[in-house]
Amino acid sequence: MSNGIEPTQTTVEPSVDAPKTPAMGEEVVIRLDNVNKWFGHFHVLKDINLDVRRGERVVVCGPSGSGKSTVIRCINRLEEHQQGDIIVNGVTLTNDVKAIEAIRKDVGMVFQSFNLFPHLTVLENLILGPIWVNKTPRKEAVDTAMYYLERVKIPEQASKYPGQLSGGQQQRVAIARSLCMKPSIMLFDEPTSALDPEMIKEVLDVMVELAQEGMTMICVTHEMGFARSVADTVVFMADGQIVEKNSPKELFANPQEERTRQFLSQIIQH
Amino acid sequence: MRQEERDARNPAYTHIEEPDEPTAGHPTQRVWDMLGWTKKHLFSSIPNTIATLVCLYLLWLIIPPFLDWAFLSAIWSSDTPDACKVDGAGACWAFVEQKHRFILFGLYPFDEQWRPMTAVVLFIAALAASCYPPFWSKWLIPLWAVVLTVCGVLMYGGVFGMTYVDNTQWGGVPLTLILSVTGIGLAFPLAVLLALGRRSNLPAIKTICVTFIELIRGVPLISVLFMASIMFPLFMPEGVTVDKLLRAIVGIMLFTSAYLAEAIRGGLQSLPRGQYEAADSLGLSYWQKTRLIVLPQALRIVIPPLVNQFISTFKDTSLVIIIGLFDLLTSAKTALADPEWRQFYAESYIFAAILYFSFAFFMSRYSQFLERRLNAGTRR
Repeated sequence: MSNGIEPTQTTVEPSVDAPKTPAMGEEVVIRLDNVNKWFGHFHVLKDINLDVRRGERVVVCGPSGSGKSTVIRCINRLEEHQQGDIIVNGVTLTNDVKAIEAIRKDVGMVFQSFNLFPHLTVLENLILGPIWVNKTPRKEAVDTAMYYLERVKIPEQASKYPGQLSGGQQQRVAIARSLCMKPSIMLFDEPTSALDPEMIKEVLDVMVELAQEGMTMICVTHEMGFARSVADTVVFMADGQIVEKNSPKELFANPQEERTRQFLSQIIQH
Repeated sequence: MRQEERDARNPAYTHIEEPDEPTAGHPTQRVWDMLGWTKKHLFSSIPNTIATLVCLYLLWLIIPPFLDWAFLSAIWSSDTPDACKVDGAGACWAFVEQKHRFILFGLYPFDEQWRPMTAVVLFIAALAASCYPPFWSKWLIPLWAVVLTVCGVLMYGGVFGMTYVDNTQWGGVPLTLILSVTGIGLAFPLAVLLALGRRSNLPAIKTICVTFIELIRGVPLISVLFMASIMFPLFMPEGVTVDKLLRAIVGIMLFTSAYLAEAIRGGLQSLPRGQYEAADSLGLSYWQKTRLIVLPQALRIVIPPLVNQFISTFKDTSLVIIIGLFDLLTSAKTALADPEWRQFYAESYIFAAILYFSFAFFMSRYSQFLERRLNAGTRR
C-alpha cells in the first residue's frame, strides 16, 4: 500500500531543480469518469474526466470558484458527486461507508487551513490515525510519528499544541499527520494559500521532497514554480470544467486555449 | 525601568501591589492609592457624591442590624426555645442545633442516621477525588462502583445487622444528592446522544431527538414529575409498581437531558467544519471521530452552560416535594412543624440556603478551574 517513503529511507535533500525520479507507472489509481456535481442549482463540476497514474504528480490550477478544490474533495468523498464515476484504487465511490473509510485511509489530505486538532499535542495529532484506524501499536505509531516529524524538520515541537506553532510549522505537521497513515496518494488543497511568504518555502520543500520519492499527488495550488519543477501534468480548470491538461512545459510555454492564456498572463503579470 | 529605580526617583511612591508586567510609563495607575481612588470613583461629582452617601446610609441601615441579629445577639445553644423568646434575642441558631439532624437526614430513623452520614461523606469524598485531575484514570470507574454499592448498602441496610430502611424514609441532604447527582449523571450521556441525534443525517433519528427535546423542554419540571409519579403508574399493569424515588430520578433525568442536549448542540455547531473534515480524511469512523475529536472540543466549549444547567438541576430537585419526597428544603420546612419552634423559619431556611449555596458555589468555582485547565494548552 505504501509506496516510496518508508521510515528506513534516508532523507533526500530538497531541491527544486532535482531530476524527477522515479518515473510514474502505467497503473491508473484515480479515475474520474464524467463527474458532475451541483451545489443546489449551481453546476460546480461539469463532465470532469481525469486519470491519475501511480506516481504521477498532478497540479490543478485555475481561477477561484473554478471547482478545483471540489474535484479533489470528491476523491476522498468529503464532497459527494451526483453523476459519473470516481474510482480510487479500483474501488468505485458509493455511499458504502466501509469503502469510503478504506479509501480515506489510503488517501492523505492536506488542507488550506491545516485543520490540526487543537486539543491534542503535535505527537497525539500524528499517532491518532495510525492507532485508531490502522490499529498500529502505540510504540510503533510514536516511532513513525517521530520519523515524519524529523522529515518535516520539527521533531522538537512534538509535545507542543498546534496553537503554539507558526502557520508553516502547523502545515508541516499536517503533512506529517497524513504521511503517518502511510497513504499511497496525497491530496493537497491549496496548502500554501494561508501562509506568509517566508513560510511557503518550508512547506513547498517538504512537498517537493515527497514528489521526488514517487508519491502520487494531486495538488491544487497557485504556486506555478512548484508546478513547473515537479508536476508531470498540469490541469487548468475554469467554470467547473477542465479547460486544458498538459505537461507543465507545454502548458506554460504553449497554451492551446484562450482561457488558459488569459489566466497565465494574469499570473505572470503579478 | 526597575523597581528600585522607580522607588528611588519618587520617594512618595509606595508600592503595594506587584504588577504582573512592570509598566514603566504609568506607574501610578498600578498602585492602590486609597484616597485618590475614593475621590476619583466615589466623589468625582455632586450626583456621584450624593449616590455614594445614599448607598452608605442604606448599608448602615442594613448591615449592623443584620450582624447584630445573626451573630452578636444570636442564641447559639439552648435545649428549649425559651431562651430565644426573650426580648432582644437575635437569631435562634439553637433551633438549628436542635433540629439539624432532622434537616440533614429527614425521616431517616434517628438511631440509624450515622448510616446516611457515612454515605454522604463517602459520596462527597468520591466526588472530590473525581474532580482532582491527577486522579483522572480508569480507576475511577471501579472506585465509583464500590462507593455507590457501599452507599446503597448503608442507606437501605438489611444486611450486616443493619435494619432495613425503605427509601420512602430517606430525606434531607442524602436525598438531594442522590436525586441531583444520579439525575445529572444519567442525563449527561443521554444529552450527548440527543445532541448528536439532532444533528444526524438520518431523518428518523433526527425526528425522534427533536420531538423528545421540544416536548420535554416545552413543559415545566413539575409536570414531568407529576407525569412520572401519578400518570405513569396508571398505565402500568395492575400489581406492577415502580419505586417512587426511581420515578423521580427518571423524571429529573429526562428533563435535564433535554436542556443539556441543546447546550451540547451549541458546542457541536461551534466546532469548525475543518475539524470534521480532517477527522474524516484520516478515515476515522463516525464514533471514533465523535469520541476523539468532536466531543472533547465541543464539551469544553460548553462548560459554562453545562454547569449552569447542573446548578439549576441541583436546585430544582427541591420540587420533588410535590410528589412527596423529603429533600433538603422539604425537611428544613418540616422541621418547623414542631409548634415549640415554629417561629424560627428564617433560621431554618438560612441553614438550608447555606447548604444549597455551598454545593452550587463549589460547582461554579470548579467549572472555572476546569475551563482554565482544559484550555491551558490550546489557548492561542
